[in-house]
Amino acid sequence: MTGERVTGPGAQLLRVEQLTGGYGAVRVLHGLDFTVDDGEVVVILGANGAGKTTTLRGLSGLIDARGRVAFAGHDIVGWRPERIAAAGIAHVPQGRGTITELTVDENLRLGAYTRRDRDVTTDMERWYEVFPRLAQRRRQAAGSMSGGEQQMLAIARALMARPKLVLLDEPSLGLAPIITQELFRTLGTLNVEQGISMLIVEQNAGLALGIAQRGYVLETGSIVVSGSSAELAGNDDVRRAYLGI
Amino acid sequence: MALFFTQLLNGIQNGAVYASLAIALVLIFRTTGILNFAQGEIALYSTYIVWKLTTTGMPVWLAILLAIAISFVGGALIERVIIRPVERSSPLVIVIVTIGMFLAINSLTQLQFGSGEQALPSFYPQHTWRPGGVLISSNTLALVGVLAVECALLYLVLQRTKLGLAFRGVASNPESSQLLGVPVGRILMVGWGLAAAVGALAGALVVPTTTGLVPSSMQQILVFAFAAAALGGFDSVFGAVVGGMIVGVADALTIGYVHTLRGIDLLVPFGLILLVLLFRPAGLFGTTRVERV
Amino acid sequence: MANQQRIIRLTVTVVVVAVVIEFLGWYFPTHYGSTDTNLFAQAMFIGVAAMGLNLLTGYNGQVSIGHGAFFGIGAYITALMMDHHYDLLGIKIDHVSFLATIPAVAVISFVIGALVGFPALRVKGLYLALVTLGLAVIFPDLASRFVKGTGGTSLVALNGQEVAAPQWFQNWFPRLSAQDQWAYTMAFVFALLGLLLLWLLVRSRFGRSLIAVRDHEAAAASVGINLARTKVLAFALSAMYAGIAGSLSVLVFQNASGDDKLVTFQLSIEFLVAVVIGGTATVLGPVIGGFAVVYIQKWATDQFPSKPVVSPATFGIVLIVLMYVLPEGVVGGIRRLRTWGSRTLRSRRRSTASPARL
Repeated sequence: MTGERVTGPGAQLLRVEQLTGGYGAVRVLHGLDFTVDDGEVVVILGANGAGKTTTLRGLSGLIDARGRVAFAGHDIVGWRPERIAAAGIAHVPQGRGTITELTVDENLRLGAYTRRDRDVTTDMERWYEVFPRLAQRRRQAAGSMSGGEQQMLAIARALMARPKLVLLDEPSLGLAPIITQELFRTLGTLNVEQGISMLIVEQNAGLALGIAQRGYVLETGSIVVSGSSAELAGNDDVRRAYLGI
Repeated sequence: MALFFTQLLNGIQNGAVYASLAIALVLIFRTTGILNFAQGEIALYSTYIVWKLTTTGMPVWLAILLAIAISFVGGALIERVIIRPVERSSPLVIVIVTIGMFLAINSLTQLQFGSGEQALPSFYPQHTWRPGGVLISSNTLALVGVLAVECALLYLVLQRTKLGLAFRGVASNPESSQLLGVPVGRILMVGWGLAAAVGALAGALVVPTTTGLVPSSMQQILVFAFAAAALGGFDSVFGAVVGGMIVGVADALTIGYVHTLRGIDLLVPFGLILLVLLFRPAGLFGTTRVERV
Repeated sequence: MANQQRIIRLTVTVVVVAVVIEFLGWYFPTHYGSTDTNLFAQAMFIGVAAMGLNLLTGYNGQVSIGHGAFFGIGAYITALMMDHHYDLLGIKIDHVSFLATIPAVAVISFVIGALVGFPALRVKGLYLALVTLGLAVIFPDLASRFVKGTGGTSLVALNGQEVAAPQWFQNWFPRLSAQDQWAYTMAFVFALLGLLLLWLLVRSRFGRSLIAVRDHEAAAASVGINLARTKVLAFALSAMYAGIAGSLSVLVFQNASGDDKLVTFQLSIEFLVAVVIGGTATVLGPVIGGFAVVYIQKWATDQFPSKPVVSPATFGIVLIVLMYVLPEGVVGGIRRLRTWGSRTLRSRRRSTASPARL
């Protein structure tokens, strides 16, 4: 793990300790510990039902979680989702969370809801450059777009908030392989060129490890393996279970 | 022909009132998915506030504005205090809660203001014109005018402000909106507040055109507003206006022309709803939510 | 072991049912006055209507806020048939006994219910609720237009002789021969029959279809359930229940009147409230709900005898509070309590047993 610098790239952005949580009486997470450094892409691998989505929902306040989540100088456990969003965590939910009845433009504007500055339009143009296909559909109802376009919209919408950390829940879900590859290429570029930190939950381990610096493997609510992307990609268990080799 | 136009104008006048209350229903339905049975009674209470204020000598227009403000706060409080605890319950539970409010508000209104008939003045002079035998009343002009202003204001708020954007976002996808930092709870309060304010305006305008303010003043209007909202589609403000007009005009023309249906003229609006819903199950302008297997 | 448990459970059920029948069917009407028997009878006929609505709303997921109309239809048919001097479409109908009106009520309300059920094949949810609301507000207008009762109004009043217990009943049960006891007994008997039918229905193939259609229409259709037949039949049956409840109300109130919009709407609401308070999609819930609706309202009225305006407010507030504390209704609440109880009991047993095992 990298050293504990306080600011700048490489400083610890998110530190999760003993995170537990679940739905009602059913506990899904059994005390997770993991970190994301500033400027880093971290991937969480795991089978269906391992608790990947629950982890992200716990971080963004959608479910009751316990433990300690240090983010940008605050312990955000127990905060309401809108406060966590305002603090700088943008969660792209599973299924893309498209606000179907708003136009693409309006989706992006709503993404900037927590911002008070006047550069929103400038930012929109910036993301339209990154995702030119969205630019062609600015005035179209977001719900009428294809799955891949909606996923791009979801990412652009999250970035509109100028977040410190983006949580991505299965961005490849339901997309054609070629679209998925394009998507991950863009995510990788965003990280390298713009320094955006991401925590990605993904079934497609090969692609995810390709852009991530580090990763964790989650099994039934506990972290069983952790390491750099190279280490994970070389781990026999991981290869068998998640890379299909 | 004069009769036709007179009845048409009558229908439009009534339609404006139904549309107003239907808009209130739509504002709440869009964000919370709740059919608010108490909407008419909330408007009734607001109208009594207007009346009470005018008895102190306050000018009517000022009383209406004040009552609108009070209603906004009251509506928002109702959402926060009464509705919030059951917001995640089954729709039936919420229906029963709004019915409970219907009963409670109606009887508390009577307790506070008495059950006798009260005269509520209008804020414009009463006048009628008769060009070519067509009866045109200042009531019609005022009600339609106010509805137009109300719609324009709502359009501006919903389409041109950040609050409106957040409101529409919450209506379409509350969880996503919350993840973008929209305080969903506060938006719902605003929705209920707006609905109560719109209802207050409807009540304060319609009562002076009828015999007087009584505790049952809003009940028939609520039924027509339900019809209007269903006709237009429950999640469309524009649909509510069109629905209100259709219901109002259809009813007025039935009363004017189809004498066999006198006394059972309600058959017409509800027959119309049924017909429309058979072909468009989510109303004229509503969005059909596709059910996936 | 399992067999033994079943025998015990069966015996307990039989004993409980026997005690309930003995108490409600015999002890109560012979020991309490007409005020009490009337309230009980009202609770039971609201319960009967709620049973039908529960089939439709609770088990089949189709919300109706218009069943007061079917209730009114039943009440009118019974009252008009029992009335001496009434001409129905030119045919003079003479003094028909109460029980003889029931088949007519059942058939007619069933058929009308089925007719109303057809639009429900396309119109769903909230929109359907609104269509049924239309039923509730139009029915009173139709009634005041077409029903010619006593003195030209749409009120059909019956005299004491017409609503009295028939001779054979008086001979069989001389201690139940007063009018209020007869009305009570009928309400009780039909509540029992309604309960039995509901119990059989929800356990049948049809009952499972109802639930399947409610939970997932497309999935239900894909396993071969006939959606149209299931939904229309649910509507028809629920209308039949409401119609018979209306018939029972004629014996209790000694008249039928359906021209008041507020009353019809209020009844529709009371049925729905009874279903939800009792427990949606439960067999016993609607009856319990019927009692709750009648007795909470009576309690609310008794609280402020000098201020009758306050009683609807009290009722309304009690409704809201009930939804906070018992959102699954009384039966649902009892169920939750039972699973909670058995779970804590089991865990306690386990904790006392474990040291021995160690």
